[in-house]
Formats: sequence, structure tokens, C-alpha cells
Amino acid sequence: MLAYIVRRMLYAIPILIGVNLLTFLLFFVVNTPDNMARMQLGMKHVTPEAIANWKRERGYDKPLLFNSAAPGVEKFSDTIFVEKSLALFAFEFGQADDGRDIAYDIKQRMLPSLALAVPVLLIGLLVNITFAMLVAVFRATYVDLWGVILCVILMSISSLFYIIGGQYLIGKVLQLVPISGYDGGIDAFKFVILPVIIGVIGGIGSGTRWYRTIFLEEIGKDYVRTAWAKGLTERKVLFKHVLKNAMIPILTGVVVVLPLLFMGSLVIESFFGIPGLGSYTIDAINSQDFAIVRAMVFLGSVLYIIGLILTDISYTLVDPRVRLA
Amino acid sequence: MNDILLSVRDLRTWFDSSRGPIRAVDGISFDVRRGETFALLGESGCGKSMTALSLMQLLPPQAAGNVSGEVILDGQDLLALPELAMRDVRGNRIAMIFQEPMSSLNPVLTVGEQIGETLRRHKKMSGAAARTRVLELLDAVGIPDRQRRCDEYPHQLSGGMKQRVMIAIALAGEPELLIADEPTTALDVTIQAQILDLLQQLQQDTGMAILLITHDLGVVAGMADHVAVMYAGHIVEQAARADFFARPLHPYSQKLFASLPGRAKRGHALAVIEGSVPSLAQEFRACRFAARCEFAWDSCRAQAPRWLTPEGEHGVRCHLYDPAITAPEQVLKAQAAAETHKPPQPGSGGTLIHVDRLKVHFPIHKGLFKRVAGHVRAVDGVSLELQRGRTVALVGESGCGKTTAGKAILQLIRPTAGSVRYGNLELTALSGGALRAHRRDLQIIFQDPYSSMNPRMMVGDIIEEGMLAQRVGGAAAGRGQRIDALLTQVGLAPEAKHRYPHEFSGGQRQRICIARALAVEPKVIVCDEPTSALDVSVQAQILNLLKGLQDDLGLSYLFITHNMSVVEYLAHNVAVMYLGRIVEQGTVEDVLQNPKHPYTQALLSAVPNVDEQTKREVIRLEGDMPSPVNPPPGCHFHPRCPHVRPECRKQYPRYTTLSETHQVNCFLYGQGSER
Amino acid sequence: MSMTAIKFVPLWTDVLIYLLVAVIVAFVLYARKREHLRSQWRQVARSRMGMASLVVLLVYVAVGLLDSVHFREAVERNGDNAEVHYSAEVLSVLDVVLTPLRERVEKTYSAPFATHLYAKEMMELPDGSSVRDYPRLDYGGAHLVNPAADRGADILATATQAALQAAAMLLVLFMLVSGVLARKNKLGFATSMGRVLRGRTELPWHIMLLTFGVLLILGMLAAHLGVKYHVFGTDKVGQDVLYQVLKSIRTGLVIGTLTTLVMLPFAVLLGIMAGYFRGWVDDVIQYTYTTLSSIPGVLLIAAMVLTLQVYVETHPELFDTIAHRADMRLLFLCIILGITSWTGLCRLLRGEVMKLREVDYIQSATAFGVGHFKIIGRHLLPNVMHIVLISVVLDFSGLVLAEAVLSYVGVGVDPTMNSWGNMINAARLEMAREPIVWWSLTAAFIFMFTLVLSANLFSDAVRDAFDPRLRKQ
Repeated sequence: MLAYIVRRMLYAIPILIGVNLLTFLLFFVVNTPDNMARMQLGMKHVTPEAIANWKRERGYDKPLLFNSAAPGVEKFSDTIFVEKSLALFAFEFGQADDGRDIAYDIKQRMLPSLALAVPVLLIGLLVNITFAMLVAVFRATYVDLWGVILCVILMSISSLFYIIGGQYLIGKVLQLVPISGYDGGIDAFKFVILPVIIGVIGGIGSGTRWYRTIFLEEIGKDYVRTAWAKGLTERKVLFKHVLKNAMIPILTGVVVVLPLLFMGSLVIESFFGIPGLGSYTIDAINSQDFAIVRAMVFLGSVLYIIGLILTDISYTLVDPRVRLA
Repeated sequence: MNDILLSVRDLRTWFDSSRGPIRAVDGISFDVRRGETFALLGESGCGKSMTALSLMQLLPPQAAGNVSGEVILDGQDLLALPELAMRDVRGNRIAMIFQEPMSSLNPVLTVGEQIGETLRRHKKMSGAAARTRVLELLDAVGIPDRQRRCDEYPHQLSGGMKQRVMIAIALAGEPELLIADEPTTALDVTIQAQILDLLQQLQQDTGMAILLITHDLGVVAGMADHVAVMYAGHIVEQAARADFFARPLHPYSQKLFASLPGRAKRGHALAVIEGSVPSLAQEFRACRFAARCEFAWDSCRAQAPRWLTPEGEHGVRCHLYDPAITAPEQVLKAQAAAETHKPPQPGSGGTLIHVDRLKVHFPIHKGLFKRVAGHVRAVDGVSLELQRGRTVALVGESGCGKTTAGKAILQLIRPTAGSVRYGNLELTALSGGALRAHRRDLQIIFQDPYSSMNPRMMVGDIIEEGMLAQRVGGAAAGRGQRIDALLTQVGLAPEAKHRYPHEFSGGQRQRICIARALAVEPKVIVCDEPTSALDVSVQAQILNLLKGLQDDLGLSYLFITHNMSVVEYLAHNVAVMYLGRIVEQGTVEDVLQNPKHPYTQALLSAVPNVDEQTKREVIRLEGDMPSPVNPPPGCHFHPRCPHVRPECRKQYPRYTTLSETHQVNCFLYGQGSER
Repeated sequence: MSMTAIKFVPLWTDVLIYLLVAVIVAFVLYARKREHLRSQWRQVARSRMGMASLVVLLVYVAVGLLDSVHFREAVERNGDNAEVHYSAEVLSVLDVVLTPLRERVEKTYSAPFATHLYAKEMMELPDGSSVRDYPRLDYGGAHLVNPAADRGADILATATQAALQAAAMLLVLFMLVSGVLARKNKLGFATSMGRVLRGRTELPWHIMLLTFGVLLILGMLAAHLGVKYHVFGTDKVGQDVLYQVLKSIRTGLVIGTLTTLVMLPFAVLLGIMAGYFRGWVDDVIQYTYTTLSSIPGVLLIAAMVLTLQVYVETHPELFDTIAHRADMRLLFLCIILGITSWTGLCRLLRGEVMKLREVDYIQSATAFGVGHFKIIGRHLLPNVMHIVLISVVLDFSGLVLAEAVLSYVGVGVDPTMNSWGNMINAARLEMAREPIVWWSLTAAFIFMFTLVLSANLFSDAVRDAFDPRLRKQ
């Protein structure tokens, strides 16, 4: 088990190097620091001095890969590649364009992101499984047919409309909760409740349909027939036999996204003004702050890989057939 | 006293489909007495499994509720019971075991839990009492080390063990009737013998009745008290076992016996039933078997036969036995004549393929850097020779490595070590283009006729593929003619080439596969269980075809199979494989008449036999075949061997030559020598 | 200005769209002769839900195709020999069809069917004094003398006329279909009509006609009312919202289809190669897609689009017109979405091919000495096509939805381009206004929802027909 985890960690290294090279290529080679400076300072009327200044302030004035002016090892280390790209491996994210420390901001913003993402995930899971189970109980009847159609209808609505509609209805017409904003501590509840509801509702369509497929696939299997042949009740068959098997793909599907919860949800956070990592990312994209985007890309990859490892481990916990080797 | 437990009257079950109802079970009636075994015999698609599911009311959704007739269990009509009351019957008064023990157990619940569930549901047992009872049941079905097994999951058990667990679940409710739907079809023959034994013994102990559903005449012969033969949703004959085996009345039953291969029929063509089972989507007004019956005359095609009882309890549904209908003279005469086959046995034309110490090991990776931690020794030193125009049968149970050996000889799997010489050519040394050029001489026919042809290609293209790749048959027109000729040769119409595989039945597909192999004019064909997915009557067609082709074209076959009667019928030489190695080989007479290796003896004795006179004492093998990952030290067979000696545990026995043609690897016959 | 003086300027996406149409037509011709392909499509064709949604999709596609023939009109020239100059504005056939909608631009917001502007303005009265009131619209309801009194009756009259026309057209279509079916099945005309009405035909013609009828009525209503009023109101700069949503159709379709087209070669080729060859080929391909999929999708897209944006803005000389620039950005967005979305299909195909390569017919081909690439082309590709097809139709609706989110994030299509995402984004900023400006949002919602819903329902029908696991049940 331990050996397995260590091996998976080692596998992660080349992948992270790949991600690192890709971001380096995108952000420094295709797009030179000169271009970045010009974008930031406005396209026209930029003097070369202003650009040089901008670059120096942010440490982008060094050569990309090889610094012939530096002595010794620094020929390699005193470069953009090492200082800006490789440094990500040490979680040194550097400074944003406005001079703030990115690592500090990320730490600050993780909690609000989680305050939103965790309830959405858990409540969503509960609601979707309940609905899917309900539909599965009424399989091959009109309840099932219309349940699926309802799911497809819900799936066909853009998440943006859920947000706008929810904000309008609950926040503006009914005036139950504030439309946007955030506060730490217990007050967070009233700011988070609306986005959580919207996040859950937005996921019902696809979630319920997906889980229904899993349930029906399990219901068609031979061991379920054995369970019926034992004379078990419908409740026992569905909840003990079917649900227990269906939980394997469901749980492992959840585990893979667990670490990514830290990244927050982009759209909902920014709509509701929740200062999480999602809105941080969006703000960075809008202000074209490449340092933050780079940091988030790397962080996202790390979390994704952790998710993959956790998935494999969770398989061994819920499925007696799987042993790690 | 009333000794009839279950009485089925005019049971009908049908599927809803877009083209109207499909009558899977079409008005059948039978009685099962207390404590007896009643066998429902039939080929695939005849409705025997649907009958069982109808009794249990466990029909698939498309047929749910589409049942009529009466199913009376001890005076109570089950079909009239509401679903809730039926749940008290299932698992309690009627229990059922299924064909696939692999998938019939819930993979995430322990064995103990799955047995205990029935106890909780029907016997209101729980806690320690239930646990004790579960252990008793495991003991009753012969599971060793029951304390540990009780807490294990199904995947930790072998196939035979799983079926034992299924039986334990069924026994937990102490049922009056056990429905066993092909309980041993998915199991190897030695394991089958164990399970059948177990069922018989349990029946004696508990007095339950068994409704045995099977396609295997041999199983029926060994188990049943009464037999009913089903054909196309209908029972065509019903009798006590002895009567049925002594004198089957219905032409279909007679054909089933005649189409069984075996030693007695060597050199003769097997009887075949032409055509295929009629579609069940129609409403039958005549005899269902008429189209395939060689006795059929006008009456058979005009009206449906009545249920007749010409000999006491022995019932049959055929106009031949109807005193009210007289059959034409020539029909009655036809019953006697049996077709004989030309007997020429082409002599051996020298060695064509020489396999020497062939090994195929699959590495197992483990640990931090995926080091090779061990090997699956699928084939572990196999040596054999194949002569021109002859058939060598490679026999063994599943997992013994026979298929891997066959593919390794063809270089479809590259061997780890050893040599395969074809003529003067060392096949293992060839690769790429050089190997490709010689593929023409060595062809293969697969077990599953459904997966062996690309479903998206027309039959003509499928046959042509090899010709194109090997540049056989010349230009397009020449190839076209050759395809026509090949299809005719295997007994299909040339028009078949414009159709797709899914339009053909299993037997027809296997013919197409044979035509495809023949297209490149091979010298050797590896036949990998070519008939084991087919019904016995269709199997006879394919065996006849293969035999005829060998006589006409001088082909050599490496026939991989687990079916001893096929071997007896077709093979010249036999090699018996156990856990990656050949333990005994020789001519058919040597090995099958005079088996020396204890494993061969056990294997042969376990084969169910339809012939009552030659019943052999079954040598029961304990346990299952060990894993090829770490075979037992010494002789691989020693943990299960009834004649085990101290030296068997220390080293693998060398070859002992018993006669010029007969070799065995066993210490019972001396120390042997290196080959 | 003469109408003949136009110059066709095919945009990159136009070319690709027509290429795609050609490929689909070619496939249909190919599949007609092949029973195994036809039988599954026939099952799709029998599904009521599937065919109803196909009708809706086809109407969308028709609008999109009209909007994909672009040209520039010649500007009036002086003298006969002077060089012809073309307008900087690139128009499409759809623009010409929608000229009444396109050119009737108001000053700013107006509500659907409004006759007055949304906001009060200072107006000079004929007597010289000025009041602050809602001014009349320049075009919307301009034909009415007394809007407050006449508007309702006028709308009703126009709508009735439109509905009657639509009903008449539908009747003609119904008779046409019945007639064709009567000839094909050798039936009487009346019998055939009865069968179509009662849904007794092989294809669900009654459902298809009903769906088309609903669309026809809506279309006729829009056509008749649209030239008199702004059916969906106008936006901030006074442009007709109906025109915008119709123009957005093309953007949605392009994103949904071209993205898939871009990713397919990668996904199919790499997936099959990884599964078939195994070994180091598999390792490299697996590494590539794990790396790509480890980067959160939106961030990778954002990173690439930002990079692209910088490139475009530093090289303005590469693009003749705004339309070309917007089109280039659309195309690159498709490519970027394609690069980020091929990994899922690739992984799926790799798994399937790994199973298939052990199947007997592949082994048999190997036993005949058939070459690797022939095996891939003849055996593997045709037998994984159902997976490709299912994933293509499933992806379509997801991509249309993604466009809206990406536009919101700021990495979507060019802000000058008509798209539902841009419409939502613009309307969102006006949410705080009182009374609320709801019509842009509603219009975008209706059009987008209809497209995505019918795409989802259609893909369900396709999946039911093609997924072997579902077919067994």
C-alpha cells in the first residue's frame, strides 16, 4: 500500500514537469514578457523604458533559460525558467501584478471556497442519490420516463441561468438573503446558503441521470436476481445489494474531485462575490495577471493528481475485489 | 397421500416485442414429486430457463406479468399469489441456483452475510445462532476451512466453491423444491462431478425435490428420476429416466442421442438435425419439429400433434405414435437406416509441427518500481508433435493453459522459451514480414462464433481478407469464385457472401469461420474449442464437416477441447494438460482406454455418461486446480492425487515411456527419463 | 449600388462548416448501402423524441448555414474605370434575410413590443417647450397613430394572419408528405393521410410535422410581428434582440461542431494507437493526456486564450476586417477547446481497443498476417465508431453551454461577435436596473435552451440505438 502510494507520487513528477513546461511555453515563450508588459501598460504610447521598468519590478527582465551574464551555477538558476517556473515546485508562487503575495492570497481564499464547495458536494450527493434511487424504484414506469426527461430539461439549462434566476428570485424578489458578499465566521452561512442551493439545483439534472444509469446497470446484474430469489424485500434488495455496489463508482467519482474543491467554483463565486479561489482566478483572467493564472494552473494539476491517487486508494477501501499492487 | 409437490399446468410465458409476443414457454405441463429429481432437458433457446423463472416469478422486465396457466405448489397456486406473498415462497419453499456462480453472488458482501440474509428473512435467526447455522451450511456443502471462508468475499473463492455457496444459500431456507438452472454448465468436468454428487447427497439428507434444468444428456442420466424434453417452448417427450434412455420416442430425442459424438461412432458421420429452431414469434399450428424431422409427412405440417401416452407414463407429442393417424410406409422404414461414413484414415505423412519445451510465462509486476515479482506459468514446457493429416487433441480443464499453448504455437502469443518447428522452419525465430509470409499454412478456428467475425464486414469480405493478405486466389474474379466454392464446401449457399455475420446462427457462423481459415489453403488448423459454444445437434454438424475436410484435404488439426466424447470421436492422438504441462500423451486408444496418470483417470471418470451399462466409478478429486502463479512443488498434481507418494512432493516426475506411443509423467510408473 | 457587385469572403469557419456538411452527406450516401449502419440509424429514426428534436436541430442548422455564407458589398464607385472598393462590413445571407431587423436600430433599450423607449428623455415639443418623457421608437410600432389604443388589436390581427399562413403552409406540407408516402407504400392518398395523422407510419411523421408546425407558427409570428415591432425588444445600443439571438445560433453551432471536428483526429488516432500497440506508444500517449487533463480545463483554456489574445492584439495587421478577427478568435477557441477536450474520448477509446485487440476476429486477422494499419482501419476503427458518435453528440450540448460560461469568464468568443454568452454577460450587468431589463436574457435563454434540449434528447436517441449495452435491455 505504502509502496503503491510512493510509486504514484513518483509518477506524478513527470506529469508536473510536463505541466510546468507547458505553462512556461505558453506564458514566456509564445508570449514574451515584453508582450505582457505592453498589455498591462496599455497598447499604445508605451515607452521602452516603461516596459523595462515593468519587467524589472517583477523580475521578468532575466533571460529565459540561460543567463550568460551571471556567474557559475547562476548562469542557469538566475533565469526566468528557474525563478518563475521551477519555483512552483516549491510552492513559491511569487507576486501578483499588483504586488500582493500570491501564496498568502491563496491561503486566505481557500476557506471561503471550501465553505461553498463542500456543502454543494455533500448536499448534492445526497439529493441526487435520493432522486436516482426514487427513479430506480419506479423503473420502467412513467415516473422513470418523466424523471429522465425532467433531468434532461434541467441539464439543458445553462448554469448561468440558474445563478441569475436564483439571485433574482430569492435575493431580489423574496429578499431572503443578501445577493452577494461574504463574511467570515458564522455570518458566512447567510451568504453561502443561496449559492449552495443554486449549486445543488444546477447539478441535479446530470447527477440524478448519471446515478440512475449506475443503479439500473447494477439492478440488471445476476446477483440481484439471486437476491430476489432469496425472497428479500424490495427495500433490502435495493438498499443492501444494489446501493452498496453502486456506491463504488459513485464514491470513487466523488473522491477524484475532492482535492479540486479547494479550487472553488469559478462562476458561482464571482457572481456572488465570495472571495474564494474561483473568483480569484476569474479576476486574474480578467486583469490578465499571468502570475496568478500560472500559480493556479500548477496548483490545479497538483490537486488533480492527488485526486487520482485518492481514487485508487478509495477503491481498495470500498471494493473488496481491488488490491493495490 | 399426495406425493406430487409441484404441479405445472399449461404454463405460458411470453415476451413483449415490437413484432408481437415471443412465446418463450408455450403451454407446458408437468409434475414434480416430493424428493425426486425432475430434469427439464433442452437446447439453448427452448424455453427451459424461462420456465424456471416463471415458477419463481423472477421474469425479466420485458416478460414481467406475461404468465398464464397454473403453478400449484402443495395445493397453492403460485401464479395467483400477490408479489408480497410470493416473497415468502422464494428462498423459503422454492430456492434456486443459477448457471453463472461467478456473477450470481454479490461481490461486496461476505459469504456469511449472503447466507445469513436468507436465515434472517425466512428463519428469523440472527446473531450467534445465525452464524452457527451458516457454518453448518458451509459444512454441509463441503467447504473446507469454513470459519475463514465465512468472512471472505466471493472473488476469493473458485468457481466450484461459489456454486457451493449458492447451494448453501438455497439450503438455508430448507426449501421443498430446489430449482437448479444449468448448475454445472460453467464448471469444469471434475468440479461438475463434485457438485452433482453434492446435490444428490443433499437430496437424500433433506428430502427436497430438485427441478434440474440442463442441456446435457449425461447429467440427466446421472441425476434424474424423470425427464421432460423441451423443444421450441413445448414439452415433446416425458418419461421416467430409465424408460427415456432405453427407448426415446420422439424423433428429436432420438436425434439428440444420435448426434452425441463418442468412440463408438468413430469413422461414421454423426447424425445431425438440419436447420434451426423455429422462431417463437409465430403461433404454431403444426408440429414445431416438422421442418427438421426426417420422418415428417403431410399430417405433421398440417396439424399439431396431441399429447400421447403409448407406453404407460411415457408421454410423447408426435404423430408417429397417434393411433388415429397412420404414417406412410416409407416413413416407418426410414427409421432403421443409418448413414455410414467412408472410413479412410489417411496415414501419417510425417511430422508437420514439432513443439519442444514450449513455455509462455506472463510476468507479474509488483512493488515500487514494478519489478517482475513472479510469472504466471500459463504454458510451462509443452512438447508435442503433429503429423500430416492427423488430429492431436489437447485436453484439459479451464486454466490449464491449452488455449495459450495453441496460440503460442501459431505465434499469436510469442512464447517465452522453447521451439516450434514447422517443417524445417523455426517459427519462434521469425518475426515481422517473414512470419507473416508463413501464416498462410497455420490457421485457427475459435470457440465463440459470435466474436470471431468482425460484425461490420460482409461474409465475402471476411473470407477474402486472408486471401488478400496472403495473395491467394489471384485477381478479384478468381477470388470471387473461390469464395463461392469455399462457402459451398462448408455447406452454405454462395449468396451468403453478401450478408453480415449477425444474420447467421451459431453453427452457420462456425462454418463461415472454417471457410475463412480454408481460404488460404492451410496445412494445419488449430481448433480452439470450436464446438463448445454450440448445441449438441449443431456440434455434430461441425464435427462432421471438420472430419470430412480432413479426409478430403489432408489437413492436420490441433484440437483444443475439454470434451472427452469429441476427443474419442475425432482425435488420433491425445495430450492431457494439467497446470501448464502435459501429464500424459499417446494415441486415443492409449490414453482414453488405458489411462495411466491419476489425473487422466479422474478426468475420464468424471465425464457424465449416457450409457447406463458402462458406468464407471467416479474418482473424486479434492479441491481445485492450483494457481499457475505458484504451482505446487514437485508434481503439480500431488495435492489432489489419490495415489500421492513422498517423492511426488519433491520433484516433478520425468517422462516414462509406457509404449512406443504412450508416455506419462508420473512416479507410479517408474523414475522416467529426460526426453 | 448594384446587387451584383459583391465579393464572397469565405471565413475560415465557413469553409470548415461546409466541409463538415460535405462529410456528413458523404457518410449518409455511404451508410445507405450498408445494412449494419442503416439499421441503427433506423432505430434513431423511429424514436419520436429523437425525430422531434432532429427537426428543431435542422431548423437551427439551416439558420446557421445561411449565416455561414459571407460576402462584402461593393461600395459605390466613381466613374466606370475606377477600382472597385468593398465595404469593410462583412455580411452573410442571413443578414440580408434579416435586413429589416438589422437596420431598424433604436436609440437604446426598449421592451418587447414596446412603442416607446425604456428610458425617459428630454424632448422638445412642437410648441418649443421641453418635457421629460418616454420618446416614441423610431421603428417599433411606428405605424401606429395611437399606440396605447391600437397596439393590442394590431398585434392580434398580425398574429392571426401569421398563424393562418403558417397553418396553410403546414397543411400543404402534410399533404405533400402523405402523397409521397402514398406513392412509396402504394396506398390511397386518403389512407396515407389517415396513417400519417394517427402515427401509423414507420417514421413518426405526425410528431415531426407537429414539431415543425410549432416552429413554423413561431417563425411566421416572428416574421410578421418582427417587421412592425421588436419582438424581443432592443438592447443598450438599440439593436433588435431577435436579430442578435438569431445571429448567435451560428456561434453556438460552430463551437459545438468544429471543436469536435478538431479533437476527433487526435482522440481517435491516439486512442486506438495507444490501445493497439501498447508498450512505449501507450506510455507516451497516456502521459500526454494525463498531463493535459491534469490542468483544470477552464484554466488551460484561459491560459491559451489569453496568450492568443496578446498575439492578436500585437499583430493587428493580420486581419482585414473585424469579422475576420472575430472569426479567427472563434476558430482558435474551437481548437483550444478541442485540445483540452480530446483526452476523455481518447481514454475511452484506448480502453475499448485494449479489449477489442484480444477479440477473436482481430486475432484471426493477425493469423492471416494482415498488417497493423489495415487491422486498425478495417477492424478497430469501424468497431469503435459508435463510441465516437455517441461522444460527439453528447459533447455538442456541453460545448454550447460551455461557450456561455467562457464568455462570462472573459475567455470566450470575441466581444464583438454575437453569441448567447455575450448576450447573457451584457444583460447581467443590467440586472440591477429598475425596472429590470429582462428581455435579452429571456431571448438568449429560450434559444439556447431549445437548442441544448433538442441536442440532448437527440443524443439520447442516438445513444439508445448505438450503445450495445443499452440495446441488450
